[in-house]
Amino acid sequence: MAETKAIMLVGVGGQGTLLASRILGNVLLSAGYDVKVSEVHGMSQRGGSVVTYIKYGDKIFSPVIEKGETDVIISFEELEAARWLPYLKKGGKIITNSQQINPMPVIMGAQAYPEGLTEKIRAKGVDITAIDALTLAEKAGSSRAVNVVLMGLISKTAGFPEEAWQNALDECVPKKAIDINKKAFALGREA
Amino acid sequence: MAGLMLGNQAVARGLYEAGVEFVSSYPGTPSTEITEFASTYDKNEMYTEWAPNEKVACEAAIGASFAGRRSFCAMKHVGLNVAADPLYTASYTGVNGGFVLAVADDQGMHSSQNEQDSRNHAIGSKVPMLEPSDSGECKEFTKLAYEISEQFDTPVILRLSTRVAHSQSIVETEDRKTVRYEYKKDPHKNIMTPANAKPKHIIVEERTKKLREYAETSPLNRVEMFDTEIGIITNGAAYQYAREALGEKASYLKLGMVNPLPVKLIKDFAAKVKKLYVVEELDDIIETHCRKIGLDPIGKELFTFIGEYSQSYLREKILGEKDEFVQLDDVIPVRPPVMCAGCPHRGVFYTLKKLGVFVSGDIGCYTLGSAVPLEAMDTTVCMGASVSGLHGFNKAMRGEYEGKAVAVIGDSTFIHSGITGLINIAYNRTNSTVLILDNSITGMTGHQNNPANGKNIYGDPASAVDLEALCRSVGIDRVRVINPGDLAETEAAIKEELVADEPSVIICRKPCALLKTVKHKPPFRVDRDKCKSCKACMKIGCPAISMVDGKAQIDNTLCVGCGLCTQMCRFGAIEE
Repeated sequence: MAETKAIMLVGVGGQGTLLASRILGNVLLSAGYDVKVSEVHGMSQRGGSVVTYIKYGDKIFSPVIEKGETDVIISFEELEAARWLPYLKKGGKIITNSQQINPMPVIMGAQAYPEGLTEKIRAKGVDITAIDALTLAEKAGSSRAVNVVLMGLISKTAGFPEEAWQNALDECVPKKAIDINKKAFALGREA
Repeated sequence: MAGLMLGNQAVARGLYEAGVEFVSSYPGTPSTEITEFASTYDKNEMYTEWAPNEKVACEAAIGASFAGRRSFCAMKHVGLNVAADPLYTASYTGVNGGFVLAVADDQGMHSSQNEQDSRNHAIGSKVPMLEPSDSGECKEFTKLAYEISEQFDTPVILRLSTRVAHSQSIVETEDRKTVRYEYKKDPHKNIMTPANAKPKHIIVEERTKKLREYAETSPLNRVEMFDTEIGIITNGAAYQYAREALGEKASYLKLGMVNPLPVKLIKDFAAKVKKLYVVEELDDIIETHCRKIGLDPIGKELFTFIGEYSQSYLREKILGEKDEFVQLDDVIPVRPPVMCAGCPHRGVFYTLKKLGVFVSGDIGCYTLGSAVPLEAMDTTVCMGASVSGLHGFNKAMRGEYEGKAVAVIGDSTFIHSGITGLINIAYNRTNSTVLILDNSITGMTGHQNNPANGKNIYGDPASAVDLEALCRSVGIDRVRVINPGDLAETEAAIKEELVADEPSVIICRKPCALLKTVKHKPPFRVDRDKCKSCKACMKIGCPAISMVDGKAQIDNTLCVGCGLCTQMCRFGAIEE
């Protein structure tokens, strides 16, 4: 019996976490798992903190993930990695985009953006990998392809055939953006 | 075929397979995607529309049911308050073609102004209510709802929650089957005068008894027996949390029909388990029913009335187990939602803050005008309350605030329920100033067309409400249109209308910056030599502007070149 695995996609509204979750869901489904994906809409385009839960295994009940339950956190922004760190399981792994996006309290000068978050998380004994997905996305042709760069990176270690990822891209990405996204995926996979 | 579907998408699939021919809704998170997905099917098979509000949507669906066609409307929980009037009497008329109303509750208030439990409306209207707990059930329950509607001659409510509506799980699709009934005039059934409604009420009470009988054996309610030390009676998303938290350490009675509730089924289950819990989010409806039938379960004495439950919440409450986790010592700054870069509402709220006026607020993206740094809002209650509330405020203040108070309301919200409030301002006369923030779209729910923007749900051309003419026709003589991207024009207009000795409407017209049809300029940049670090540009609260090394800096991945900040800078430091 396959144990239930939990993945979280966290980021800032407008960064494309929803597309990334569709791609992941598609790959997991093609691998024959029971899958649940849970997201909160409504504020998703308004620059707020956004999170998507993805769970897979033989049989999934709750669609949500709680503190200490996540195998992999894929973060689209450094501060969000730190915010959702408590949701990581002991021995879990974080992949984060090194990009920093200031939240309103930082923009207004009321609070500071904490420094060295990736190192501080590592110092807690957590397996964390940071990459500059924004630069890779821009190299692929659009700063909006950060989400697919990160999918490329995760595809290396997730253990599913590359064909499944390519099929998922074909199915989930709008046709006019497919070339940029395939390039972004390749750059993430090479990173 | 099987695939991952959102709960809302699965409801739409269920509508299609059930042969539904008429869908009318008003958008509202978390229900919106049901109708959006419904509109992706062939409109000749399943016609879909956005109505001006939930009451109109519900009445239109009742009309389609009278015509003998299967009909549907969807709304969020507070939308059912608006549609409650037709629903409560449709319960008396019953249906011809099946009629199902979907309502999505928002446990946790992810995007709502209150956390009401819609099951109270099912009890109040004496209408059966089904509650799925995943996408597969969303589709199956939707189809079954039509059979129940026609078999028992009643509207049926399908209750969703944010988690069920916005989670994806696997759904098997089947073919569509159309079911139609002939229209026959039947005044005793369909004209609810007192003479007809009195015998109808008797029928409604008998129907509830029959539905309760049905609930005893319906496949909607399911017993799962494992360890009998703990027994859990539960519904909806809470079932999924309980099942994950306790696994086979407990037995479950999962109620898919939450109104009316069975008696014998519950008593039999209670008799088989040692310790009985009722696990239901929000109100204590199943628990109260259990007490009425002589049981004494553990319910709200242990579990909260507030917010969403989860597997770890239930593990802690029932088993006393706590989750372990790591966290940093740093304070992580919150990241609340903000008005987007280029948002046409920003200039209006900056001006209102500058003028220091009382702002009667409403429901939409622009409610974000209440957040820092703009903080230009005093009240927000429900759809339309900005306009009617301002009238009451001004009347009660005996005119003292007429020169320093405004209402702000979006185009879609104004159509939904702002018009009647404006009629009241004209009819019962206060010199109120109403700002209609017309961004040509229903924004907060994710861009739906509406009766004021000239497009229907399919994106086809449609008649557009002439807001200026509408306001004039209800008795407002001072109506003007301004560009809210121009701060000087905005300030001058608001000042003039505030001092005017009669009611006035200012239509602030600029399309939402996220609309694909809006052409953006390239990002602006700050000339660091010219920047005097005065932070004037920061006052508009644009997420693209921040101070870096003592000078203003514009994030070129966020800036859409709206140019509002250039009007703030006295030193000409912000350039195209």
